[in-house]
Amino acid sequence: MIDTTEKPQFYLTEEHHPEGSTMLGFWLYLMSDCLIFAVLFATYGVLGRNYAAGPSPADLFDLTLVAINTATLLLSSITYGFAMLQMERNAKAETLFWLGITGLFGAVFIALELYEFIHLIHEGAGPSRSAFLSAFFTLVGTHGLHVTFGIVWLVTLMVQVNRHGLIPANRRRLMCLSMFWHFLDVVWIGVFSIVYLLGVLG
Amino acid sequence: MFSNLDLQKFVFGRLTLEAIPYHEPILVATFAAVALGGLALVIALTYYRLWAYLWSEWFTSVDHKKIGIMYVILALVMLVRGFSDAIMMRIQQAIAFNGSEGYLPPHHYDQVFTAHGVIMIFFMAMPFVTGLMNFVVPLQIGARDVSFPFLNNFSFWMTTAGAVIIMMSLFVGEFARTGWLAYPPLSGADYSPGVGVDYYIWGLQVAGIGTTLSGINLIATIVKMRAPGMTMMKMPVFTWTSLCTNVLIVATFPVLTATLALLSLDRYAGTNFFTNDLGGNPMMYVNLIWIWGHPEVYILVLPAFGIFSEVVATFCGKRLFGYASMVYATVVITILSYIVWLHHFFTMGSGASVNAFFGITTMIISIPTGAKMFNWLFTMYRGRIRYEVPMLWTIGFMVTFVIGGMTGVLLAVPPADFVLHNSLFLIAHFHNVIIGGVVFGLMAGVTYWFPKAFGFKLDPFWGKMSFWFWLTGFYFAFMPLYVLGLMGVTRRVSQFEDPSLQIWFVIAAFGAFLIALGILSFLIQLVVSFKRREQLADFTGDPWDGRTLEWSTSSPPPEYNFAFTPVVHDHDSYWDMKNRGYARPVSGFKAIHMPKGTGTGVILSGLSVAFAFAMIWYIWWLAALSLVAIIVVSIAHTFNYNRDFYIPANEVVETEDKRTELLAGKV
Amino acid sequence: MQKLARFSRLFSLLLPMLSLAGCNMVVMSPSGDIANQQRDLIIVSTVLMLLIIVPVLFLTLLFAWRYRRSNTTATYDPDWHHSTRLEIVIWSAPLAIIIALGAVTWISTHKLDPYRPLDRLDAERTVPADTNPLTVEVVALDWKWLFFYPDLGIATVNELAAPVDVPINFKITSSSMMNSFYIPALAGQIYAMPGMQTRLHAVINKEGVFDGFSANYSGDGFSHMRFKFHGLTQQGFDKWVGRVKSQGTALNRDAYLKLEKPSEKEPVRYYASAETGLYDAILNLCATPGKMCMSEMMHIDMMGGGGKESAENRQKLEYDNRHAGDGEAAPGATFPATGTPARSDEKPNGTEDGGAAPADGDMNGMDMHDGHSMPSMDHGSGDPAPAQLNN
Repeated sequence: MIDTTEKPQFYLTEEHHPEGSTMLGFWLYLMSDCLIFAVLFATYGVLGRNYAAGPSPADLFDLTLVAINTATLLLSSITYGFAMLQMERNAKAETLFWLGITGLFGAVFIALELYEFIHLIHEGAGPSRSAFLSAFFTLVGTHGLHVTFGIVWLVTLMVQVNRHGLIPANRRRLMCLSMFWHFLDVVWIGVFSIVYLLGVLG
Repeated sequence: MFSNLDLQKFVFGRLTLEAIPYHEPILVATFAAVALGGLALVIALTYYRLWAYLWSEWFTSVDHKKIGIMYVILALVMLVRGFSDAIMMRIQQAIAFNGSEGYLPPHHYDQVFTAHGVIMIFFMAMPFVTGLMNFVVPLQIGARDVSFPFLNNFSFWMTTAGAVIIMMSLFVGEFARTGWLAYPPLSGADYSPGVGVDYYIWGLQVAGIGTTLSGINLIATIVKMRAPGMTMMKMPVFTWTSLCTNVLIVATFPVLTATLALLSLDRYAGTNFFTNDLGGNPMMYVNLIWIWGHPEVYILVLPAFGIFSEVVATFCGKRLFGYASMVYATVVITILSYIVWLHHFFTMGSGASVNAFFGITTMIISIPTGAKMFNWLFTMYRGRIRYEVPMLWTIGFMVTFVIGGMTGVLLAVPPADFVLHNSLFLIAHFHNVIIGGVVFGLMAGVTYWFPKAFGFKLDPFWGKMSFWFWLTGFYFAFMPLYVLGLMGVTRRVSQFEDPSLQIWFVIAAFGAFLIALGILSFLIQLVVSFKRREQLADFTGDPWDGRTLEWSTSSPPPEYNFAFTPVVHDHDSYWDMKNRGYARPVSGFKAIHMPKGTGTGVILSGLSVAFAFAMIWYIWWLAALSLVAIIVVSIAHTFNYNRDFYIPANEVVETEDKRTELLAGKV
Repeated sequence: MQKLARFSRLFSLLLPMLSLAGCNMVVMSPSGDIANQQRDLIIVSTVLMLLIIVPVLFLTLLFAWRYRRSNTTATYDPDWHHSTRLEIVIWSAPLAIIIALGAVTWISTHKLDPYRPLDRLDAERTVPADTNPLTVEVVALDWKWLFFYPDLGIATVNELAAPVDVPINFKITSSSMMNSFYIPALAGQIYAMPGMQTRLHAVINKEGVFDGFSANYSGDGFSHMRFKFHGLTQQGFDKWVGRVKSQGTALNRDAYLKLEKPSEKEPVRYYASAETGLYDAILNLCATPGKMCMSEMMHIDMMGGGGKESAENRQKLEYDNRHAGDGEAAPGATFPATGTPARSDEKPNGTEDGGAAPADGDMNGMDMHDGHSMPSMDHGSGDPAPAQLNN
């Protein structure tokens, strides 16, 4: 037991700065988002073979298109990495340049995905055709919505970096978006393997 | 009515004058009362020129204490609404015999029980729990605010927006008639084409965003913002249970969000997740919703356990027995709560081994829960128990909760569940644990921390009245339901044929009436205490001879909570400080860095209500407009880098000197 | 004193309750062997738990009384907060109970699995080797029960009968909603779900008339979704079958489709004959002409789907909206204030639907532009209740 006669220090006279919580908080958010994807994956797992006497993945998916799509998204993750490296070097213009490239890749990804969706719908394979297609459109579409949101965020951040420079607040935001962007990449790898590869080849 | 139907449909969607239920006398009367009350409130606020004060000091405040208080006020308002539904059900079931249809036709009765469940869980218990955690946790860990103060304000307003959406359904359109979990196919577009289920979905989705963000916020706060020296195993038990609750929130609310999103896609976009059509599977929904639903029970009850732990230790004048096992029990419950969800539908025919597995995991939860019960018991052992009102609630809880726990374990035995599932026995069971556990805990918590929040105690006489009415009311209201369950009466029935059941429903209605008196006593208690605040005042900041850090600061605490960040050496750190001759610092104050208030949360919440309303009524232009507005406002908010300020040193000195004088005058 | 007062009040409330109710607590005094075993299980589990609940209640009240502040003779030890021995006891006591209860659970769950055929008629008698169980196919309709007796060729609505001491083999499904088939006197409940079949094995040991109902809320008419279950002697049962055959009409598809429409408080109906395969069609959701059976769909899906040129299958697999076209409000339909016929409004807005399924237009065309003029609005505007859906 501590000696009760001794009087230890009961308070700090200096200002106390707890360590920043942003990264932890954002990580927690990503995990909660991950659960949304987990539910969608689970749904796809349960309903993915309920074609309702309609088309199956083998009938519908064009792996070449998906491969291009996947490549764009993976590249965008690399270019985001370059942007972060430039940020570490405190090079504002280069950071912005790589962010721009990342955004472009993201936009191409979204465009290809939209093209795929429209194509499917024209073939009569819209989300209401079967439980499989409902689950497919929702899973892939939710990912696409996230990427779209990421692009909006990216543009916003580019404006802010341009305006205020690489100040600590902006660096923190770039770090968060970086986590978000890579997270979407990881999710996409799951989508690519489980939905497309297993669907067509499995 | 309108010459151009297309235009009307474009402007108003499916909203027509018919949606206003002016032909329902009950609703018209309610509306008149609410409108008059609201008008009186608005006039009073305007007359006393309180709008600016409310806006700048409360609505836009990022102070966790004020947000916590606002959460609790929201919860109390919704308690009255949810309880009105309960009384309506009790009266209906007590009179709908011998061919009488009662006074609520099925389409109304079905809305009432759905609304009762939804409101009590999502808009009474959840905000109440969140409010207490918000208020208490930063104070208990010696922090000046939560990790993300703006997010906290935003979370509160999103929860409020959800409540507003649900309340709107009372006067515009209708509410869901599906039961509180809205199982498909009944809740699908084909069988519930009206706006009821849409109100349900959007109300929960909007509030769910607030809940999830608040969960993230409090986890980060507890993990990162603890005072120096407060290791995890020195945290107060309430903080521990809050941590576990928020972990559960972050780990389950996204499941609810995703599930409801799939249901809305079924309803809006014609997808086939949970329909009978085209390969859909309604059983999926039942599984998914309970993967959220079961942990939700623990989300509510864990903080209540935390409150009881604080109250027992304080009023027994004794350190909590078995702190470590209390913590482990909490963590074990948190983990186990994920693998029991199937016990809500043993009767789906999952097969014996699956049912037995989930039955046994459910029972295992009763082991840590039992250990907790013993810990409270042995805290009382060799204590010196002061029967203040919070302690009464605690004893009431211990006696009541074990009965609920017992019937719960009984329901976890699958073959026993086959005869009791969906019966009034089940209803009695979960009210037994939710009222006996959660509500009693929240009432104990409010009474316990009220003096910390407002600087005066609650009047004990009316507190005791409230307690005794609630306790006896509970037994009168729910013991008959256990009996009715054993008589084979199922839930959600609005009319009965067997006259021998009636007496039990009459007793239950009487019990509900006693609970009404309990709620009324609590409201009277608030008024009486406010009037007697001079006599009930507490200047010490420590009216109960408390043990944790929140009692070391003044009541109400200053905006910055602690002039100097406390340093923790032992459990029950304030008790430790008092024992070792801690003297409050009276000089050397410095400027304090604090977050600034903002109105963005209120604006986003208002826009969310507009968006939800537009989606519910198919007013697509408004939905698009409000969605764009939400995005624009959010982005604009990020352009504000100027989010904090310093409370100047002289202001801190002034505040602290006032307290020094007060304490000196008192001693 | 307060504690004691509460305790005695609790008991004075509970005891007369139990004795009063004893006579008609059907769950505690059922008439079928399965329900009897379930009752025994409730009692065993409760007693097991009371082993720990009673001491806890007693200690709570004892400590609450003994260590009150005014009792200065009681020991006060503010620093006593740990005891390893006690901790071991408080964890192992509930653990021991749960181990016992867990074993009981595992065994009883397997023994009383509703899918498992019976091996005994009651505690004394096993099922004789030459017994032919009675098969009953149960369909939960909105809001009534339809029973097929495939071995006897008859069917009934809202009345079920079975001979005493003969195992009954229930096959259970539903036409649209999730319901729960429950006869408390006979056996525990099991869900009735559309497109799926659940099973229940039970036996009735006593003659009598017992209540049966749906134990899972399924919409407006749920409260009256009740039927009587008659436990009869073999002769009585044969007589009952004879009565059904002599008084009954024929249940063919047309009759079924009329019956299947939502209705409340349906009277008892007898069918002397039932179209063969009707139950299977209902189970596979293809009783309505033109619909594809789920079994067929599942077969096609198993073989890799119907390919791209399968648009015509889509309409055949939309079961839920079968009442939308004929002016019937759907079971869960809302009151006129907001009422829209099923799936009438959202379709035009879902972009993917317009192109993909031209067939949809027919169904929705008439209601497309005025959602508020649904048929049920014609019934007295002063009455907010939905039009009674009796047909």
